[in-house]
Amino acid sequence: MLETKIFSHPELTRRLADAVAKSAETFIKREGRMPAVMEVCGSHTMAFAKSGIKTRLRDYVRLIAGPGCPVCVTDQKAIDAMIRLSEKNNVILCSFGDMMRVPGSGSSLLQAKTNGSDIRVIYSPSDSIQIAEDHPDKEVIFLGIGFETTIPALVAAVREAEKKGLTNFSIWMTTKLVAPVLRALLQSGEVELDGFLLPGHVSIVTGKQSYRFLNDDYQIPGVITGFEPVQLLSGLLKLLNQLHEGRTGIINDYTYVVNEAGNFTAQHYMETYLTRADEEWRGIGEIRGSGLVLREKYARFDAKKKFNVLPAVPKKTKCRCGDIIRGVITPEECVLFNKACTPSKPVGPCMVSSEGTCAAHYHFMRED
Amino acid sequence: MAERISLAHGEGGELTHQLIQEVFIQSFGHAEQARLDAAVIPCFSGKMAVTTDSYVVDPLFFPGGNIGKLAVTGTVNDLAVTGAVPKVLTAGFMIEEGFPVSDLKKIVKSMAAEAETAGVSIIAGDTKVVERGSVDGVFINTTGIGAIGEKYINPAGMKKGDAVIITGTIGDHGIAILSARQQLGLVTDVKSDCASLNTLLHQLLQQTDGIRVMRDLTRGGLATGLVELCEDFSASIELKETSIPVREEVEGACDILGFDPLYLANEGKAVIIVDSKEADKVIHLLQSHKFGKNARLIGLVTSISEKAGKLKLKTPVNTTRRLTRLSGMVLPRIC
Repeated sequence: MLETKIFSHPELTRRLADAVAKSAETFIKREGRMPAVMEVCGSHTMAFAKSGIKTRLRDYVRLIAGPGCPVCVTDQKAIDAMIRLSEKNNVILCSFGDMMRVPGSGSSLLQAKTNGSDIRVIYSPSDSIQIAEDHPDKEVIFLGIGFETTIPALVAAVREAEKKGLTNFSIWMTTKLVAPVLRALLQSGEVELDGFLLPGHVSIVTGKQSYRFLNDDYQIPGVITGFEPVQLLSGLLKLLNQLHEGRTGIINDYTYVVNEAGNFTAQHYMETYLTRADEEWRGIGEIRGSGLVLREKYARFDAKKKFNVLPAVPKKTKCRCGDIIRGVITPEECVLFNKACTPSKPVGPCMVSSEGTCAAHYHFMRED
Repeated sequence: MAERISLAHGEGGELTHQLIQEVFIQSFGHAEQARLDAAVIPCFSGKMAVTTDSYVVDPLFFPGGNIGKLAVTGTVNDLAVTGAVPKVLTAGFMIEEGFPVSDLKKIVKSMAAEAETAGVSIIAGDTKVVERGSVDGVFINTTGIGAIGEKYINPAGMKKGDAVIITGTIGDHGIAILSARQQLGLVTDVKSDCASLNTLLHQLLQQTDGIRVMRDLTRGGLATGLVELCEDFSASIELKETSIPVREEVEGACDILGFDPLYLANEGKAVIIVDSKEADKVIHLLQSHKFGKNARLIGLVTSISEKAGKLKLKTPVNTTRRLTRLSGMVLPRIC
């Protein structure tokens, strides 16, 4: 059995942090600037902030939070549509808790629930199948947001609905894929990056091979890493070593759970039920083939086809979540941060999501 | 007696009488007071402490307790941390039509047993029955009165350098409730820590000097409880993350579910802030009691001034970060 406590061992964490700082110093001497590393995953962003590592390394490594928080990258129009969906008669809307407080142009799901909409917070998409069975007279809609980590769970729910012959269950899909957005970021050249810390959970599904393009097309290194302090630091250390040696290529530093090819079963069912589609990303815009939607054969489970929701024109605010998602600015550079925008009075999704960069900085990186 | 509570049990007639006699008086033993419209109790000399709390926990029965036990421990602890000796409680029940009488009896018996353990009498009560769906099973309100002796708590006396001590592991109640809800596929052996701390805290207060603060930690957890204290009394406190006791199972559940033990509910834990000279003695006394076995020094008061008022956490990599109130975690009906 894997001894998991070792990954948060305080002494080991301290020593590794010192080693990363030392390695980064060498880079700084050579290049005249800090190494710029993007942690793609929102859970990495949170873990870096909460463990204190980001603060510890702030003069050594420029850690840039990437577009890996599924709630944050959800387009404003999609959030408004979800809120409108919840206001329909005879509908039970099921959602992950993270979505509840995300501000739409006029309201939020939490506000809609207070006003009488039937919205249930659930932990697994399969829970919404039970709700659909318990309420045959209602339409049960699951808000299917997420990256490759979550998408197999969405497919599992559709399979269950199919097996049970449910006609009152559907998913409002706004899924996102990691590789297309990384390509989009690298192509834009907006942020100068030396390497990536690649998302551990997503990689369980997609496998190490899914990042080959980083090496082949962009010659930028990456390390797949876990979420505990020791794993984060080990990943950083290996990435810095690659930079010192001028090597590119992907290192799998999370071998206990990530393999070369990924989870074949999950990939098979995703392929069977879903097909690529263009997706809108907050702050980035539409990226070709960057999401997955239900195939025509399963259109009966597709809430976007089942229900007509009029698109709203998003309200303009000074919120810079879009810039933060692309790594162009830090939360502290947004004029709203910790002033007009706080977790209890959020202006943008990055402040309320449990993986949001602004939330990470607000909760874990303020010293005063 | 009927198997289920009906609306008629709340009408004030024959069935109400039967319910009071067979369920409440039998357990609470307050037949004498129940004959009057109000319970009559002796006046305590000196100051009194009064507190009230309503209990809506879901589920009603959970590992380590039930809503009845919680309704006693919660109110008793609120009194105890002010330095008061809890004396009497009142109990108001809002019961849903159709609620099993056997469950009600279990709940009431737990209340009586816990009241006996805590040394308080339940002297007055009220029962209302509402239509199905108007409440979820049963809700209970308890009000408690306690007598304050010569030694009482004055947080305004906090000083720089004071020790911050916790009476045991944090987050047990929160995780016990979450796993009892069976919604998360979470299976743990964690029991709620719900317990009356009045005997322990009274002992502590009598046998030591220099205790500035006692706070029971409930909703919002350790972090929220201390943030409020810091703000209310212009104190800054620094906690050391590696010193805070958390059960391995609680830590594991938090990792999986994305919760932070610092913000999880507790129902049998208190924070004690004491003159640092007395810290060792306090920890020793706590550790010799069954509800304080895992007591530990977790931090220090770092400053008292108008500009203070912040709770900070020292991380394992020796950085500090500010802790704020609980916000945005959807964990309703935890107590």
